[in-house]
Amino acid sequence: MLINCPYCGPRDLLEFTVKGEARARPDAAADLDSEASRAGFVDAVYLRDNPAGRHKEHWLHASGCQSWLVIERDTRTHEIFGASLVASDAEGAKS
Amino acid sequence: MSGFRLADGGLIDRSRPLKFTFDGKAYTGYAGDTLASALLANGVRLFGRSFKYHRPRGVLSAGHEEPNALVELREGARREPNVKATAVELYDGLVARSQNRWPSLAFDAMAVNGLLKPIFSAGFYYKTFMWPASFWEKLYEPVIRRAAGLGRASGVEDPDTYERSNAFCDVLVVGAGPAGLMAALTAARAGADVILCEDQPRVGGQLLSDREFIDGRPAPEWAVSAAAELAALPNVRIMLRTTVTAAFDGCFAALERVSDHYPEPSAFQPRQRFWRIVAKRTILAAGSTERPLAFPDNDRPGIMLSSAVRTYLNRFGVAAGRVAAIYTSTDDGWLTARDFLRAGLTPVVLVDTRASAPAAFADVAKAVPIMLEGAVLGTEGAKGLSAIIVAAGGAQKRFEVDALAVSGGFNPAIQLASHFGGKPSWSENISAFLAGGTAQGVEPAGAAAGVFGLAEIFAEAAAAGAACAAAQGFAAPAPKLPTVAQTSTAGSLAAWRPNPAKDGKIFVDFQHDVTASDVVLAHREGYRSVEHLKRYTTLGMATEQGRTANISALAMMAQLTGRTIPETGVTLARPPVVPLALGAVAGDHRRGAFRPVRETAIHALSSEAGAPFVDVGQWKRPQYFPIPEDADLAATAAREVETVRTRVGVTDVSTLGKIEVLGADAGVFLDRVCATRASAIRPGRCGYFVMLREDGFMMDDGMIARFAPDHFLVYASTAHAASVYRHMLFCRQALWPELDVNLAAVTDGWAQFAIAGPRSPAVVQALVDAPRAITRTVFPPMSAAELTICDGVPARLCALSFSGERAFEVAVPAGYGAALFRRILDVGAAYGIAPYGSEAMGVMRIEKGHPAGSEINGQTTAYDLGLARALSKDKDHIGRVLSARPALNDRKRARLVGLTPLDPNDRLRAGAHVVETGVAPSAASDLGWLSSAAWSPTLRSFIALGFVSGGPDRLGDEVRIFDPVRGGDCAARIVAPCFYDPNGERPRV
Repeated sequence: MLINCPYCGPRDLLEFTVKGEARARPDAAADLDSEASRAGFVDAVYLRDNPAGRHKEHWLHASGCQSWLVIERDTRTHEIFGASLVASDAEGAKS
Repeated sequence: MSGFRLADGGLIDRSRPLKFTFDGKAYTGYAGDTLASALLANGVRLFGRSFKYHRPRGVLSAGHEEPNALVELREGARREPNVKATAVELYDGLVARSQNRWPSLAFDAMAVNGLLKPIFSAGFYYKTFMWPASFWEKLYEPVIRRAAGLGRASGVEDPDTYERSNAFCDVLVVGAGPAGLMAALTAARAGADVILCEDQPRVGGQLLSDREFIDGRPAPEWAVSAAAELAALPNVRIMLRTTVTAAFDGCFAALERVSDHYPEPSAFQPRQRFWRIVAKRTILAAGSTERPLAFPDNDRPGIMLSSAVRTYLNRFGVAAGRVAAIYTSTDDGWLTARDFLRAGLTPVVLVDTRASAPAAFADVAKAVPIMLEGAVLGTEGAKGLSAIIVAAGGAQKRFEVDALAVSGGFNPAIQLASHFGGKPSWSENISAFLAGGTAQGVEPAGAAAGVFGLAEIFAEAAAAGAACAAAQGFAAPAPKLPTVAQTSTAGSLAAWRPNPAKDGKIFVDFQHDVTASDVVLAHREGYRSVEHLKRYTTLGMATEQGRTANISALAMMAQLTGRTIPETGVTLARPPVVPLALGAVAGDHRRGAFRPVRETAIHALSSEAGAPFVDVGQWKRPQYFPIPEDADLAATAAREVETVRTRVGVTDVSTLGKIEVLGADAGVFLDRVCATRASAIRPGRCGYFVMLREDGFMMDDGMIARFAPDHFLVYASTAHAASVYRHMLFCRQALWPELDVNLAAVTDGWAQFAIAGPRSPAVVQALVDAPRAITRTVFPPMSAAELTICDGVPARLCALSFSGERAFEVAVPAGYGAALFRRILDVGAAYGIAPYGSEAMGVMRIEKGHPAGSEINGQTTAYDLGLARALSKDKDHIGRVLSARPALNDRKRARLVGLTPLDPNDRLRAGAHVVETGVAPSAASDLGWLSSAAWSPTLRSFIALGFVSGGPDRLGDEVRIFDPVRGGDCAARIVAPCFYDPNGERPRV
């Protein structure tokens, strides 16, 4: 399986490691110990989605450019629909 | 009577005779033979004994679907069991033996099992050997294993080498038969990069087995010229003797048998090469497998698949017998009859289950006695077929024959497509399963797609090749299709006549000796889904994966339950399609190359000093530096500890993770990554850090040195170095890309030594270049500096203590490492320096109560480790919010304490349980466990770190250390987790 790294081009799967669902880190409330803060992190850490179908995940091009990527993958067929740099994704989410 | 070599014909090279032996007897075959064809040509019919009943078995097929003709190939370390004689290319000097027989193939004592058939029926493992349980390991299992064992493994290490390789292409074509060649030609002519994999040593596939004519030439010649055109194209790679054996996500595994056709590999050649092929599109042209028919005693040597009979006749010039009969439910039997006639052998009868003769075979009908709507009721013969009993039109007739060709239809070879999880779909048209869906760009073609007419195969394969090329942007010219003298017949039908009275002798799965009565039994006992049927009877679970068995059994179960075949279900083929050596999968990842080995700069020096090494992840770390005066290694460790505690020692700490953090926002970044406040560390100083995971548990701890306002260096633990770096990369790139900060992992770039002990300042002073002074006031503990040592060598010096003594860590570029180590020993000699290893370091860190890998094991929190006060509460950092959850800060949690035995000589071991005294040890009275333990030469006592429920609230309590696995049981006292210099005064001396 090849993953098209935005820096390195199509590279073999063995060069990559997967972390899990691509989710933004929650913003902690001003009161770090408030219920709202805790609920946001509990949700992000424990209640991850595990769909049968398209899924966005964080991958690291560990044996390559060491970029963290957002990869959209079909969990049933393992077809990969695209890889983008996580940084550009993070900026996109913020803007 | 039996098979023999025809006077002429076949694709063998009669000018190249090859000598080989089978069961010690010498035979001769020809280049181009398989082991099976050569033995058949020599009149051998009996190849082995069956798995359970030890029935005589011969050759059923001419390929990888072979269930019967399994042999041990080669001798000594290269001996390989359960090799299919039909898939072994003959070479000069080949040695093979039959298997599963004792004392000899012709007389097999275990054939008595046939009489015990009732107890070997389906599910016999579950029913027969249930009681008493103690008999299982001692009696039943060894007996069953010896009786049922097929071939013997060599028992010694494989002397050959294997390789792994990668390949990439636009279009992968699996199989170089008519469909594969045509598809490859079309795609390659359009310009696509094509890899064509062929299992056999020559191209042609089914064309080699049939007497077809293409463009007016014999079909094998057309195949050769097609391959020649392909080979001349720069964008084509033809891989012979290469079986695509598994499909994974977007990648295929192929096994290239580089040297299997030689007695042993030539110099510098692997036996096999394991390919990973990444293909954008794939054409699956792997052909089809013929099914046998179900009738009593259908397993006698001499009964062979119709298409296999034709393969032996046309490709190898071998007749399966002198007096042959044909039993068919398809036109294929008629093709075989016709080829027999051409070879001058007239079959004595052709029995067709169907009501009418196919119109295209009038020539056969004229020359051979035909029995329509017929059935074979039984067969006779001791070690091979001698007669068949046939019923047709109410009459029974006996024919003396030595060969019977059977045809029950064809199963398209769709295994690779089902590896992707595509569920096969039943085709009424050909009474077989076709690939369901075309997952991941896999396109079946030819017989693998259920297309059997040659003209149709060419047309559809060319279209498939063009479509695959077009999908990659290569426009294919309209293909010129070869003209075919059509003799193949499209489509084939199957029929079954299970005979309930004689079900026990109707073999369904030949290799696992599953009969129709086993299917009936499974049905009666409720194992009616195909998955249950399979597991209950072991149907289809042998090495050929039930290629010739599954459909027959499905059809029987469908008949018994009154359902259709698709309603009864289908089993998916699993990788690999053909067996492959584990060595091929491992490739050269064995012995020293199994995983990388990381050596520090002083590896050679340590080795010369006689130090044993200990594996820490991939690192090799010197464990002790023994000297002749040491009584044993424990004495060595004690001496090394004492040296550090009283004088000065040096140890290699290069394996610590080193991560540079640079940039204007480096402090901000570290404050968010660490639970401690890294930005509070002043330039020129070090500070302790704790990293948490986002769920609030400990990730790592260690030291951070700050050399400049925008330059930090994180020292992560050896074990966590890689994961901490990945985590920090993630934080920088994904969480806070707006920060002006950059990371670099420089672990391997620096050799680093700890110089520890009361006399360490003098040693360090002797190393550093003037005018820097190393004194308590000028370079106190926790100082950090970039400087030069030993006349200009760039270095980093930190006054850090892991041992609990006044100590320094000095780092130089790795290339200077060995020289610096020697220099330290030289200048330290005057102060009584000695090198120390990981063992002494471990003892001293337990004496000091520093948590390490056994304590930071992913299940403990900073609170458990007594580090809660080091965490900063007033900033958001990774793990800040969830680490504050009440349950993670419950006093009752198992928390870090020290433990000392009441009798200092009572040995404590990591892993022992801590239980209450005075009560029976049980899960209920379990308080925790010991995580690290050692003999402390300083305290002259065993000591341990451990996790005890509510432990820090119970200091002084007596508990019991219970270690039933290793026989430990002693009383101990809970103490604070620091046994030595609890106020930390010694480093400041």
